[in-house]
Amino acid sequence: MALRMWASSTANALRVSSSRTHLSPALSLSRCFSSVLDGLKYASSHEWVKHEGSVATIGITDHAQDHLGEVVFVELPETGGSVAATKGFGAVESVKATSDINSPISGEVIEVNTKLTETPGLINSSPYEDGWMIKIKPSSPAELESLMGAKEYTKFCEEEDASH
Amino acid sequence: MTIPQARQLGRPLMNLVKFKGTPILQQLRLEERLLRNSSDNWCIINDGTNIPAIVMGLSGKPSELLEIRSVLRDQIPVVRRFTGGGTVIVDHGTIFVTLICNREAVPTVQPYPRSIMQWSSLLYNEVFQGIGDFKLRENDYVFGNHKFGGNAQSITKDRWIHHTSFLWEYEARNMAYLKLPTRAPEYRLVRNHMDFLCGMKDYLPRSAFISKTVEAIENHFLTKPVIMDIDAVTSGTDYVHTTKLLSEQELEEAYARELSGEIPVSNLMI
Repeated sequence: MALRMWASSTANALRVSSSRTHLSPALSLSRCFSSVLDGLKYASSHEWVKHEGSVATIGITDHAQDHLGEVVFVELPETGGSVAATKGFGAVESVKATSDINSPISGEVIEVNTKLTETPGLINSSPYEDGWMIKIKPSSPAELESLMGAKEYTKFCEEEDASH
Repeated sequence: MTIPQARQLGRPLMNLVKFKGTPILQQLRLEERLLRNSSDNWCIINDGTNIPAIVMGLSGKPSELLEIRSVLRDQIPVVRRFTGGGTVIVDHGTIFVTLICNREAVPTVQPYPRSIMQWSSLLYNEVFQGIGDFKLRENDYVFGNHKFGGNAQSITKDRWIHHTSFLWEYEARNMAYLKLPTRAPEYRLVRNHMDFLCGMKDYLPRSAFISKTVEAIENHFLTKPVIMDIDAVTSGTDYVHTTKLLSEQELEEAYARELSGEIPVSNLMI
Protein backbone atom coordinates (compact mmCIF):
# COMPACT_ATOMS: atom_id res chain seq x y z
CA MET A 1 0.00 0.00 0.00
CA ALA A 2 1.38 3.40 -0.91
CA LEU A 3 2.52 5.70 1.85
CA ARG A 4 0.31 8.75 1.63
CA MET A 5 2.27 11.87 2.26
CA TRP A 6 0.00 14.77 3.12
CA ALA A 7 1.43 18.04 2.12
CA SER A 8 1.17 21.67 2.91
CA SER A 9 0.13 23.96 0.11
CA THR A 10 2.15 26.85 1.46
CA ALA A 11 5.38 26.13 -0.36
CA ASN A 12 6.13 28.69 -3.03
CA ALA A 13 6.88 27.08 -6.35
CA LEU A 14 10.08 28.51 -7.63
CA ARG A 15 10.29 28.32 -11.35
CA VAL A 16 13.64 27.11 -12.67
CA SER A 17 15.05 29.35 -15.35
CA SER A 18 17.61 28.44 -17.96
CA SER A 19 19.13 31.85 -17.33
CA ARG A 20 20.35 30.96 -13.81
CA THR A 21 24.08 31.52 -13.44
CA HIS A 22 24.65 30.15 -9.96
CA LEU A 23 24.29 26.51 -10.95
CA SER A 24 26.99 23.90 -10.49
CA PRO A 25 29.49 23.33 -13.29
CA ALA A 26 27.90 19.95 -13.94
CA LEU A 27 24.70 21.62 -15.09
CA SER A 28 23.90 21.56 -18.78
CA LEU A 29 21.68 24.41 -19.78
CA SER A 30 19.28 23.41 -22.45
CA ARG A 31 17.91 25.70 -25.05
CA CYS A 32 14.44 25.04 -23.76
CA PHE A 33 13.07 26.54 -20.57
CA SER A 34 14.00 23.62 -18.31
CA SER A 35 17.37 22.53 -16.97
CA VAL A 36 18.98 19.14 -17.45
CA LEU A 37 21.87 17.78 -15.37
CA ASP A 38 24.85 15.92 -16.74
CA GLY A 39 25.59 12.64 -15.06
CA LEU A 40 21.95 11.59 -14.71
CA LYS A 41 19.91 9.25 -16.87
CA TYR A 42 16.46 10.17 -18.08
CA ALA A 43 13.24 8.36 -18.97
CA SER A 44 10.89 9.46 -21.74
CA SER A 45 8.24 9.89 -19.03
CA HIS A 46 10.43 12.64 -17.52
CA GLU A 47 11.91 10.96 -14.48
CA TRP A 48 15.64 11.06 -13.72
CA VAL A 49 17.86 8.51 -12.03
CA LYS A 50 21.25 9.02 -10.40
CA HIS A 51 23.20 5.79 -10.04
CA GLU A 52 25.89 5.77 -7.37
CA GLY A 53 27.31 2.37 -6.56
CA SER A 54 24.54 0.14 -5.25
CA VAL A 55 22.01 2.96 -4.82
CA ALA A 56 19.92 4.78 -7.40
CA THR A 57 18.05 7.99 -6.59
CA ILE A 58 14.93 8.86 -8.56
CA GLY A 59 12.91 12.01 -9.06
CA ILE A 60 11.13 13.98 -11.75
CA THR A 61 12.86 16.40 -14.05
CA ASP A 62 12.75 20.17 -14.19
CA HIS A 63 10.81 19.86 -17.45
CA ALA A 64 8.19 17.76 -15.70
CA GLN A 65 7.81 20.00 -12.66
CA ASP A 66 7.53 23.05 -14.87
CA HIS A 67 4.77 21.50 -16.93
CA LEU A 68 2.94 20.10 -13.92
CA GLY A 69 2.75 23.35 -11.98
CA GLU A 70 2.83 23.73 -8.20
CA VAL A 71 2.98 20.32 -6.56
CA VAL A 72 0.73 20.17 -3.52
CA PHE A 73 0.72 16.49 -2.63
CA VAL A 74 2.97 13.50 -3.18
CA GLU A 75 2.13 9.82 -2.87
CA LEU A 76 5.16 7.54 -2.60
CA PRO A 77 5.72 3.84 -1.90
CA GLU A 78 6.88 2.43 1.39
CA THR A 79 10.41 1.27 1.98
CA GLY A 80 10.83 -2.42 1.36
CA GLY A 81 8.49 -2.33 -1.58
CA SER A 82 9.61 -2.85 -5.15
CA VAL A 83 9.40 -0.71 -8.25
CA ALA A 84 9.51 -1.90 -11.86
CA ALA A 85 10.96 -0.15 -14.88
CA THR A 86 8.37 1.96 -16.77
CA LYS A 87 5.69 1.20 -14.17
CA GLY A 88 4.09 3.69 -11.82
CA PHE A 89 5.29 3.88 -8.24
CA GLY A 90 3.50 6.94 -6.99
CA ALA A 91 1.77 10.15 -7.94
CA VAL A 92 1.96 13.89 -7.56
CA GLU A 93 -0.96 16.27 -7.38
CA SER A 94 -0.66 19.65 -9.02
CA VAL A 95 -3.23 22.14 -10.25
CA LYS A 96 -6.30 19.89 -10.56
CA ALA A 97 -4.49 16.74 -11.59
CA THR A 98 -2.91 13.63 -10.17
CA SER A 99 -0.03 12.48 -12.35
CA ASP A 100 1.66 9.10 -12.19
CA ILE A 101 5.37 8.89 -11.51
CA ASN A 102 7.02 6.00 -13.32
CA SER A 103 10.24 4.32 -12.29
CA PRO A 104 13.04 4.44 -14.87
CA ILE A 105 14.53 1.20 -13.50
CA SER A 106 13.56 -1.74 -11.29
CA GLY A 107 14.60 -2.30 -7.72
CA GLU A 108 13.80 -2.33 -4.03
CA VAL A 109 12.85 0.90 -2.29
CA ILE A 110 15.37 1.57 0.48
CA GLU A 111 14.56 5.18 1.32
CA VAL A 112 11.74 7.64 0.71
CA ASN A 113 12.10 11.43 0.90
CA THR A 114 10.01 12.24 3.96
CA LYS A 115 10.62 15.99 3.55
CA LEU A 116 8.07 15.90 0.74
CA THR A 117 5.35 15.34 3.35
CA GLU A 118 5.40 18.91 4.57
CA THR A 119 7.15 20.55 1.63
CA PRO A 120 6.03 19.03 -1.67
CA GLY A 121 7.13 22.26 -3.36
CA LEU A 122 10.71 20.98 -3.12
CA ILE A 123 9.86 19.07 -6.28
CA ASN A 124 9.32 22.42 -8.00
CA SER A 125 12.17 24.37 -6.43
CA SER A 126 14.82 21.64 -6.39
CA PRO A 127 13.77 18.76 -8.67
CA TYR A 128 17.26 17.23 -8.87
CA GLU A 129 18.38 17.73 -5.28
CA ASP A 130 16.06 18.33 -2.33
CA GLY A 131 13.07 17.16 -4.38
CA TRP A 132 14.35 13.59 -4.86
CA MET A 133 11.61 11.04 -4.31
CA ILE A 134 12.96 7.56 -3.67
CA LYS A 135 16.22 5.71 -3.39
CA ILE A 136 16.33 2.14 -4.63
CA LYS A 137 18.68 -0.81 -4.78
CA PRO A 138 18.64 -1.55 -8.53
CA SER A 139 17.80 -5.14 -9.42
CA SER A 140 18.80 -4.84 -13.09
CA PRO A 141 21.45 -2.13 -13.53
CA ALA A 142 21.55 -2.92 -17.26
CA GLU A 143 18.22 -1.10 -17.53
CA LEU A 144 20.15 2.15 -17.18
CA GLU A 145 21.60 1.63 -20.64
CA SER A 146 18.21 2.04 -22.27
CA LEU A 147 17.71 5.48 -20.69
CA MET A 148 18.69 8.81 -22.22
CA GLY A 149 21.72 10.88 -21.33
CA ALA A 150 21.55 14.63 -20.77
CA LYS A 151 22.03 15.68 -24.40
CA GLU A 152 19.56 13.16 -25.72
CA TYR A 153 16.98 14.11 -23.09
CA THR A 154 17.40 17.81 -23.81
CA LYS A 155 16.71 17.16 -27.48
CA PHE A 156 13.76 14.94 -26.54
CA CYS A 157 12.18 17.76 -24.49
CA GLU A 158 12.70 20.31 -27.23
CA GLU A 159 11.13 18.05 -29.83
CA GLU A 160 8.23 17.20 -27.56
CA ASP A 161 7.47 20.84 -26.80
CA ALA A 162 7.88 21.85 -30.44
CA SER A 163 5.41 19.24 -31.63
CA HIS A 164 2.59 20.59 -29.43
CA MET B 1 -16.78 -0.06 -36.97
CA THR B 2 -13.19 -1.09 -36.37
CA ILE B 3 -10.55 1.30 -35.12
CA PRO B 4 -8.70 1.34 -38.46
CA GLN B 5 -11.94 2.21 -40.26
CA ALA B 6 -12.61 5.03 -37.83
CA ARG B 7 -9.14 6.38 -38.22
CA GLN B 8 -9.66 6.51 -41.98
CA LEU B 9 -12.34 9.09 -41.28
CA GLY B 10 -9.70 11.18 -39.47
CA ARG B 11 -11.27 11.01 -36.03
CA PRO B 12 -10.38 8.57 -33.28
CA LEU B 13 -13.12 6.33 -31.97
CA MET B 14 -14.74 7.22 -28.63
CA ASN B 15 -17.21 5.12 -26.69
CA LEU B 16 -20.13 7.25 -25.49
CA VAL B 17 -21.92 6.15 -22.35
CA LYS B 18 -24.89 8.00 -20.91
CA PHE B 19 -26.29 7.55 -17.44
CA LYS B 20 -28.98 9.32 -15.49
CA GLY B 21 -28.95 9.51 -11.72
CA THR B 22 -26.08 7.05 -11.29
CA PRO B 23 -24.46 7.27 -7.83
CA ILE B 24 -21.29 9.36 -8.01
CA LEU B 25 -19.19 6.78 -6.17
CA GLN B 26 -20.08 4.18 -8.76
CA GLN B 27 -19.41 6.57 -11.62
CA LEU B 28 -15.98 7.47 -10.27
CA ARG B 29 -15.03 3.84 -9.72
CA LEU B 30 -16.04 3.05 -13.29
CA GLU B 31 -13.93 5.95 -14.55
CA GLU B 32 -10.92 4.84 -12.55
CA ARG B 33 -11.18 1.34 -13.99
CA LEU B 34 -11.58 2.60 -17.53
CA LEU B 35 -8.58 4.91 -17.20
CA ARG B 36 -6.35 2.14 -15.86
CA ASN B 37 -7.68 -1.00 -17.53
CA SER B 38 -9.09 0.06 -20.90
CA SER B 39 -7.24 1.12 -24.01
CA ASP B 40 -10.30 2.80 -25.57
CA ASN B 41 -11.36 6.43 -25.49
CA TRP B 42 -14.48 7.08 -23.44
CA CYS B 43 -16.99 9.83 -22.89
CA ILE B 44 -19.27 9.39 -19.91
CA ILE B 45 -22.22 11.66 -19.26
CA ASN B 46 -24.17 11.26 -16.03
CA ASP B 47 -27.24 13.47 -15.93
CA GLY B 48 -27.52 14.09 -12.20
CA THR B 49 -26.63 11.83 -9.32
CA ASN B 50 -29.20 10.16 -7.11
CA ILE B 51 -28.41 11.60 -3.67
CA PRO B 52 -26.34 14.55 -2.46
CA ALA B 53 -22.73 13.61 -1.87
CA ILE B 54 -19.51 15.42 -1.13
CA VAL B 55 -16.59 14.61 -3.41
CA MET B 56 -13.05 15.59 -2.42
CA GLY B 57 -9.89 15.40 -4.51
CA LEU B 58 -7.16 12.86 -3.82
CA SER B 59 -5.42 14.95 -1.19
CA GLY B 60 -8.52 16.40 0.39
CA LYS B 61 -8.64 16.58 4.20
CA PRO B 62 -12.14 16.54 5.71
CA SER B 63 -11.14 18.77 8.62
CA GLU B 64 -9.96 21.51 6.25
CA LEU B 65 -12.72 21.26 3.70
CA LEU B 66 -15.90 20.16 5.44
CA GLU B 67 -18.23 21.21 8.24
CA ILE B 68 -17.86 17.69 9.60
CA ARG B 69 -20.37 18.05 12.41
CA SER B 70 -23.16 18.88 9.93
CA VAL B 71 -21.98 16.22 7.52
CA LEU B 72 -22.13 13.56 10.25
CA ARG B 73 -25.44 14.82 11.59
CA ASP B 74 -27.09 14.67 8.17
CA GLN B 75 -25.20 11.55 7.06
CA ILE B 76 -23.96 13.05 3.82
CA PRO B 77 -21.70 10.56 2.00
CA VAL B 78 -18.12 11.79 1.52
CA VAL B 79 -16.12 10.38 -1.37
CA ARG B 80 -12.41 10.81 -1.98
CA ARG B 81 -11.85 10.50 -5.73
CA PHE B 82 -8.77 9.39 -7.63
CA THR B 83 -8.29 12.69 -9.44
CA GLY B 84 -6.85 15.91 -8.07
CA GLY B 85 -8.60 19.18 -7.46
CA GLY B 86 -11.05 20.58 -5.01
CA THR B 87 -14.24 19.68 -3.18
CA VAL B 88 -17.75 19.75 -4.55
CA ILE B 89 -21.18 18.77 -3.32
CA VAL B 90 -23.14 17.06 -6.03
CA ASP B 91 -26.77 16.03 -6.42
CA HIS B 92 -29.54 15.71 -9.00
CA GLY B 93 -28.70 19.23 -10.20
CA THR B 94 -25.16 18.28 -11.22
CA ILE B 95 -24.35 17.08 -14.73
CA PHE B 96 -21.10 15.14 -15.10
CA VAL B 97 -19.10 14.96 -18.31
CA THR B 98 -15.96 12.84 -18.43
CA LEU B 99 -13.42 12.35 -21.18
CA ILE B 100 -10.90 9.51 -21.00
CA CYS B 101 -8.38 9.68 -23.84
CA ASN B 102 -5.34 7.88 -25.09
CA ARG B 103 -2.53 10.34 -25.44
CA GLU B 104 -2.24 9.47 -29.13
CA ALA B 105 -5.94 10.23 -29.67
CA VAL B 106 -5.29 13.91 -29.07
CA PRO B 107 -1.67 14.26 -30.20
CA THR B 108 -1.62 18.06 -30.00
CA VAL B 109 -2.25 17.88 -26.24
CA GLN B 110 0.67 17.25 -23.91
CA PRO B 111 -0.17 14.99 -20.97
CA TYR B 112 0.00 17.81 -18.43
CA PRO B 113 -2.78 19.59 -16.53
CA ARG B 114 -2.69 22.96 -18.24
CA SER B 115 -2.47 21.54 -21.74
CA ILE B 116 -5.44 19.22 -21.17
CA MET B 117 -7.41 22.00 -19.49
CA GLN B 118 -6.78 24.36 -22.41
CA TRP B 119 -7.90 21.74 -24.92
CA SER B 120 -11.05 21.07 -22.94
CA SER B 121 -11.91 24.76 -22.94
CA LEU B 122 -11.76 24.80 -26.73
CA LEU B 123 -14.23 21.94 -26.81
CA TYR B 124 -16.60 23.67 -24.42
CA ASN B 125 -16.21 26.93 -26.34
CA GLU B 126 -18.05 25.07 -29.08
CA VAL B 127 -20.78 24.03 -26.62
CA PHE B 128 -21.34 27.49 -25.21
CA GLN B 129 -20.79 29.54 -28.33
CA GLY B 130 -23.03 32.56 -28.08
CA ILE B 131 -24.24 31.55 -24.63
CA GLY B 132 -23.27 33.68 -21.67
CA ASP B 133 -19.74 34.97 -21.32
CA PHE B 134 -18.20 31.49 -21.20
CA LYS B 135 -14.52 31.05 -20.54
CA LEU B 136 -11.98 28.92 -18.79
CA ARG B 137 -10.84 31.03 -15.86
CA GLU B 138 -7.80 29.61 -14.06
CA ASN B 139 -9.10 26.03 -13.90
CA ASP B 140 -12.84 26.62 -13.77
CA TYR B 141 -15.54 27.05 -16.36
CA VAL B 142 -17.30 30.35 -15.75
CA PHE B 143 -19.93 32.66 -17.09
CA GLY B 144 -18.34 36.03 -16.46
CA ASN B 145 -16.74 35.57 -13.07
CA HIS B 146 -19.21 33.00 -11.75
CA LYS B 147 -18.13 29.38 -11.68
CA PHE B 148 -20.49 26.71 -12.95
CA GLY B 149 -18.08 23.93 -13.87
CA GLY B 150 -15.29 22.37 -11.81
CA ASN B 151 -12.56 20.25 -13.36
CA ALA B 152 -10.23 17.50 -12.26
CA GLN B 153 -7.80 15.20 -13.98
CA SER B 154 -5.65 12.15 -13.61
CA ILE B 155 -2.75 11.54 -15.95
CA THR B 156 -0.99 8.23 -16.56
CA LYS B 157 1.88 7.45 -18.90
CA ASP B 158 -0.28 6.98 -22.00
CA ARG B 159 -3.78 8.14 -21.02
CA TRP B 160 -5.56 10.88 -19.21
CA ILE B 161 -8.97 11.65 -17.80
CA HIS B 162 -10.56 15.07 -17.62
CA HIS B 163 -13.85 15.19 -15.79
CA THR B 164 -16.15 18.05 -15.03
CA SER B 165 -19.04 18.57 -12.66
CA PHE B 166 -21.40 21.13 -14.13
CA LEU B 167 -23.83 22.94 -11.87
CA TRP B 168 -27.19 22.88 -13.58
CA GLU B 169 -28.65 24.17 -10.37
CA TYR B 170 -27.76 23.72 -6.74
CA GLU B 171 -29.26 23.79 -3.29
CA ALA B 172 -27.95 26.71 -1.30
CA ARG B 173 -28.30 24.76 1.93
CA ASN B 174 -25.95 22.06 0.61
CA MET B 175 -23.14 24.56 0.30
CA ALA B 176 -23.26 24.88 4.08
CA TYR B 177 -21.49 21.51 4.35
CA LEU B 178 -18.38 22.97 2.72
CA LYS B 179 -15.89 25.30 4.33
CA LEU B 180 -14.34 28.05 2.30
CA PRO B 181 -11.25 26.38 0.81
CA THR B 182 -7.82 27.61 1.88
CA ARG B 183 -6.60 27.06 -1.65
CA ALA B 184 -8.90 28.98 -3.98
CA PRO B 185 -8.56 30.57 -7.42
CA GLU B 186 -7.50 34.20 -7.41
CA TYR B 187 -10.57 35.37 -9.25
CA ARG B 188 -12.76 34.06 -6.45
CA LEU B 189 -11.50 36.87 -4.20
CA VAL B 190 -13.23 36.30 -0.84
CA ARG B 191 -16.66 35.50 -2.20
CA ASN B 192 -18.76 32.93 -0.42
CA HIS B 193 -20.27 30.01 -2.32
CA MET B 194 -23.49 31.85 -3.21
CA ASP B 195 -21.67 34.85 -4.67
CA PHE B 196 -19.09 32.73 -6.47
CA LEU B 197 -21.22 30.09 -8.16
CA CYS B 198 -23.98 30.13 -10.73
CA GLY B 199 -26.19 27.50 -12.35
CA MET B 200 -26.44 26.69 -16.05
CA LYS B 201 -30.22 26.67 -15.94
CA ASP B 202 -30.31 30.41 -16.47
CA TYR B 203 -28.46 30.00 -19.76
CA LEU B 204 -29.73 27.00 -21.70
CA PRO B 205 -32.07 24.01 -21.35
CA ARG B 206 -30.62 20.93 -19.69
CA SER B 207 -31.19 18.69 -22.68
CA ALA B 208 -29.62 21.30 -24.96
CA PHE B 209 -26.43 21.30 -22.89
CA ILE B 210 -26.11 17.54 -23.18
CA SER B 211 -26.86 17.44 -26.91
CA LYS B 212 -24.49 20.33 -27.64
CA THR B 213 -21.77 18.60 -25.62
CA VAL B 214 -22.20 15.40 -27.61
CA GLU B 215 -22.13 17.44 -30.83
CA ALA B 216 -18.89 19.15 -29.82
CA ILE B 217 -17.29 15.80 -28.92
CA GLU B 218 -18.37 14.43 -32.30
CA ASN B 219 -16.42 17.23 -33.98
CA HIS B 220 -13.27 15.63 -32.58
CA PHE B 221 -14.12 11.94 -32.20
CA LEU B 222 -16.19 9.31 -33.92
CA THR B 223 -18.59 8.39 -31.13
CA LYS B 224 -20.00 4.92 -30.61
CA PRO B 225 -22.92 4.69 -28.18
CA VAL B 226 -22.37 1.99 -25.59
CA ILE B 227 -25.08 0.62 -23.32
CA MET B 228 -23.38 -0.35 -20.08
CA ASP B 229 -24.54 -2.26 -17.04
CA ILE B 230 -22.54 -0.24 -14.54
CA ASP B 231 -23.36 -2.61 -11.68
CA ALA B 232 -21.89 -5.53 -13.59
CA VAL B 233 -18.77 -3.60 -14.60
CA THR B 234 -17.98 -2.18 -11.15
CA SER B 235 -19.04 -5.04 -8.92
CA GLY B 236 -15.94 -7.22 -9.28
CA THR B 237 -13.36 -7.35 -6.52
CA ASP B 238 -10.44 -7.75 -8.88
CA TYR B 239 -9.60 -4.05 -8.96
CA VAL B 240 -8.51 -2.08 -5.91
CA HIS B 241 -9.90 1.42 -6.25
CA THR B 242 -8.25 4.56 -5.02
CA THR B 243 -11.68 6.18 -5.03
CA LYS B 244 -13.30 5.46 -1.72
CA LEU B 245 -16.22 6.32 0.47
CA LEU B 246 -15.01 7.69 3.79
CA SER B 247 -16.37 5.83 6.76
CA GLU B 248 -18.24 7.41 9.62
CA GLN B 249 -15.32 6.47 11.84
CA GLU B 250 -12.85 8.30 9.62
CA LEU B 251 -15.00 11.41 9.69
CA GLU B 252 -15.46 11.19 13.44
CA GLU B 253 -11.72 10.86 13.96
CA ALA B 254 -11.12 13.88 11.72
CA TYR B 255 -13.69 15.85 13.71
CA ALA B 256 -12.10 14.80 17.00
CA ARG B 257 -8.71 16.07 15.80
CA GLU B 258 -10.31 19.32 14.75
CA LEU B 259 -11.94 19.80 18.15
CA SER B 260 -8.72 18.98 19.97
CA GLY B 261 -7.11 21.90 18.23
CA GLU B 262 -4.89 19.90 15.92
CA ILE B 263 -6.63 21.52 13.00
CA PRO B 264 -7.94 25.10 13.08
CA VAL B 265 -11.72 25.38 12.88
CA SER B 266 -12.67 27.93 10.25
CA ASN B 267 -15.74 30.11 10.50
CA LEU B 268 -18.73 29.00 8.52
CA MET B 269 -19.60 31.52 5.83
CA ILE B 270 -22.64 31.23 3.64
